[in-house]
Amino acid sequence: MNPGASSIIELTGVSKYFGPFKALDDINLSVMTGERVVVCGPSGSGKSTMIRCINRLEEHDEGRIVVDGIELGEDTQNIRAVRQDVGMVFQQFNLFPHLTVLENLTIGPIRVRKMDKARAEALARQYLDRVHIPEQADKYPAQLSGGQQQRVAIARSLCMEPRIMLFDEPTSALDPEMINEVLDVMVELAGTGMTMVVVTHEMGFARKVADRMVFMEAGRMVEVAPPAKFFSSPDSDRARLFLDQILEH
Amino acid sequence: MDWLILAVLAGFFAVIWFRISGTLNYKWQWDRIPNYILRWDEEDGRWVANLLLQGLITTIRISIYASVLALILGTILGIARCAENLAIRMLARTYLEFLRNIPPVVVIFIFYFFLSEQIVAAFNIEGWARGIAKQEGNGIWEFFFGDMRRFPSMISGVMVLALFESAFVGEIVRAGIQSIPRGQREAARSIGMSWLDEMRFIVLPQAMRKVIPPMSNQFISLVKDSSIISLISVQELTYKTVELVSSTRMIFEAWLTTAALYFILCFGLSLLFRRLERVPQR
Repeated sequence: MNPGASSIIELTGVSKYFGPFKALDDINLSVMTGERVVVCGPSGSGKSTMIRCINRLEEHDEGRIVVDGIELGEDTQNIRAVRQDVGMVFQQFNLFPHLTVLENLTIGPIRVRKMDKARAEALARQYLDRVHIPEQADKYPAQLSGGQQQRVAIARSLCMEPRIMLFDEPTSALDPEMINEVLDVMVELAGTGMTMVVVTHEMGFARKVADRMVFMEAGRMVEVAPPAKFFSSPDSDRARLFLDQILEH
Repeated sequence: MDWLILAVLAGFFAVIWFRISGTLNYKWQWDRIPNYILRWDEEDGRWVANLLLQGLITTIRISIYASVLALILGTILGIARCAENLAIRMLARTYLEFLRNIPPVVVIFIFYFFLSEQIVAAFNIEGWARGIAKQEGNGIWEFFFGDMRRFPSMISGVMVLALFESAFVGEIVRAGIQSIPRGQREAARSIGMSWLDEMRFIVLPQAMRKVIPPMSNQFISLVKDSSIISLISVQELTYKTVELVSSTRMIFEAWLTTAALYFILCFGLSLLFRRLERVPQR
């Protein structure tokens, strides 16, 4: 990471309520261009809510979120502009079941970027190559395995040529034998210098690619540290307890 | 299975027939009925449609146009029912509750006098249709809308029927939209799609595929409900049958024939829809 890099995602004092429940509590985070941040923590700690706020799938109630120089607010044009620059990969893939793999990949470029069909398809095939499934272009999502579906979902986001990729527990819904094929694609993506914010429990992946670890609990950011320090000697007891629990086996 | 149903129906009608001819001393004149379906025109030297067939054709025309209109209005209504905006949702809800809790005949009179009459008058549809009726070579118009002199009443019939059915179509569409998982809409949004594109390319195509069975049912209902608009003097099958009965006194023959015509139409449609539903779906 070069020292002159500017922050591309800036969260300042962000809070979010679900009714009386405080899901996010005064979150401050700034992510540099090209930085890879891995967010972990027990379930219900607000990890997913936080990254969903970054492309406004959830609305924050307090504080400011600035993505790529655009502040997220009520303005729908701003929100759409941000979403075009921010790719999102979901736990449940969320591919469009009525469209083929190729159509899943081209619908964004064609409808949102107004690209012509031939160019969009060329782009889509290029990204299918990148996720190692060029031969599945004409199948429907239901005909693919979970790992393949998630790789298609990653390719779909990449087709919008985003500057930031968000991953919301991308491997949690997968069978164990398929986790690695998805993580491999993500490691390769990290190698291209993409800015990534990843919510995951895959600590091997985190160790390999993360520039910074964020540990959350009860809507708060409890600890932020480089992975080397985070895994060997975390400052907070909670983080230590959490690591003990998930690294036990 | 279909043949068994037909056989039971045939048996039932045989019993009724026996009762009527035995006790009412009714004089059957079945031989005159075919003439009211197709008539040999001596002057032109060709077969022309008579009362019943004219009525049936009008019923089919009205059903098709009303279905298309009801589908459009119903889709809009269904989307409005799922809107985030409370005012839009309440408006759609009010419209729906209004239609669901008032008998169709009453609804149809209200729509007719308060709405379609006004629209027909406001756009001078009457004068425009008469103009076309007088022209030579209005074959295309006649093919689609029948006798152009009757166009205003037909168009009110279509509007009234479509408005009435749109409420139910709207509920079906709403159920379809709500059956689409949240993640689909989030995925569409996260690649920057506008609300309209999200509806058009992601939500509606999937929702519509899911609601084909209840929707086909609704359209068969629409064909049957179209008999109500005879009350506002639209010259469809039921109206024509009333006309036939009052001029010939063939009460049973005319109504049974009409029943058979409706049955053939609706049963045919349901067979057709059943076949369509069997087309493999994803």
